[in-house]
Amino acid sequence: MSDSKDVHIEFRDFNFYYGRSRALHNINLPIARRKVTAFIGPSGCGKSTLLRSINRMFDLYPEQRAEGRLLVDGVNVLDPGTDPTTLRARVGMVFQKPTPFPMSIYENIAFGVRLHESLTRAEMDERVEWALNKAALWDEVKDKLHASGSSLSGGQQQRLCIARGVAVKPEVLLLDEPTSALDPISTMRIEELIDELKNEFTIVIVTHNMQQAARISDNTAYMYLGELVEYGITDQIFIKPQKKATEDYITGRFG
Amino acid sequence: MTLIQRRKLTNLMALGLSLLAMGFGLFWLGWILLTVLQQGLAGLSINLFTQMTPPPGAADGGLLNALVGSVLMVSLATMVGTPIGILAGIYLAEYGQKSWLGSATRYVNDLLLSAPSIVIGLFVWTLVVSRMQTYSGWAGIAALSLIVVPVVVRTTENMLLLVPDSLREAAFALGAPKYKVTTSVVLRAARSGVITGILLAVARIGGETAPLLFTSLSSQFWSMDLGQPIASLPVMISQFAMSPFPEWQQIAWAGVLITTLGVLMLNILARTYFRQKN
Repeated sequence: MSDSKDVHIEFRDFNFYYGRSRALHNINLPIARRKVTAFIGPSGCGKSTLLRSINRMFDLYPEQRAEGRLLVDGVNVLDPGTDPTTLRARVGMVFQKPTPFPMSIYENIAFGVRLHESLTRAEMDERVEWALNKAALWDEVKDKLHASGSSLSGGQQQRLCIARGVAVKPEVLLLDEPTSALDPISTMRIEELIDELKNEFTIVIVTHNMQQAARISDNTAYMYLGELVEYGITDQIFIKPQKKATEDYITGRFG
Repeated sequence: MTLIQRRKLTNLMALGLSLLAMGFGLFWLGWILLTVLQQGLAGLSINLFTQMTPPPGAADGGLLNALVGSVLMVSLATMVGTPIGILAGIYLAEYGQKSWLGSATRYVNDLLLSAPSIVIGLFVWTLVVSRMQTYSGWAGIAALSLIVVPVVVRTTENMLLLVPDSLREAAFALGAPKYKVTTSVVLRAARSGVITGILLAVARIGGETAPLLFTSLSSQFWSMDLGQPIASLPVMISQFAMSPFPEWQQIAWAGVLITTLGVLMLNILARTYFRQKN
């Protein structure tokens, strides 16, 4: 983690504002390549804000603003010269609630691919199958690719969203509480999936579920009131946290 | 009396009052429909759909030219008004939601929505008819389009606003540009609501008389020339209903029945379509 070659994303003196109120204070955080990094902390601590900065979702809201530096492969993507659509092709995202588009399963996946590449029909078929396989959904939907995406169950919809994100072939996957709306079985499948995907993608996940963070992540960042309290290897954070605040939170004394 | 009993009594009274109000509305509606059915069915014959409107002095005839004129003007007005309405609705919901231009557009649109349709007829008369020196089907289409636009703008905006932001964010997160998010995802998600709005607008202009009185006027002949005055169902109904001849009044009643059934069907279509898609 300390090896700079393996740092994929790095926040440096990063501040975030909703209008006039500052939501994140001087965040300095390196995120390792092809590892799972979890952001934990109580509601409103800024972990989702931090996650959503990586693909510049705040561009959609004029009152939101980021300051400082956010390096992806050493390049500051907060720079006005960075095109957010190109950045988002490299940084995929999956949200808390499954958000299938109002189209078929096939089209849900092809939609994102078409934005960035022009493939032949056969190539697209192949890409769709590949992405659905990556998301461990292919076997369940291969016979109904032209059924509506919203006809799937919640867990399947969420895996469809993961497939959709993976299909664009990004380098990074951002997961914003991806299992909080799912039942335990679906959650387990997504967690297994995350474990698979980390061989190819850098994964950053926000979770409210402490056990989940402990199970699936390599590194964990504990945040509180817009500040990064502690960051390190997950096992150390959970077994022997350096700070009392972290210990209080993970042992359930508050939050 | 205990608290529970009092609550039950209040509930009973409120329920009774609202049932009464509903009954009051349904009573008149039922009466109107019944009269339309009774009077209209008597005049319903094949002649209505095969013969032209009768010239003065003649007793029998049909409504063919009026039906064709109405269908022509209503469909063209829908074709003109719908794209404008959808585009403006998209602007209001997706682009100018909080801008001053957006607020101004929304305000003007609300004014247009509640403007008496006769005012729109007079407006088009001054703008088109008095300059072209002739009443014409085109003027009628202009007036009807002006009624379609605000209805479609309002429903499109409302339906787009119902689409959750999470869906927009998901599309943006894939690297989609804004126009793509709007057309391929948001508009698609709101599709059934937008179509319902269009159908309701068609139903609305199908029965409008006032804006046509000053624009397309009327004609007793077969005509598809939109540069000339052209017959329409609602205008014919008002002319024939006011005439002293019972035969003509009979044709007017039949026309009323046709219009009512047409509007009713459009409404039912719109509602079932909307329900199925949701």
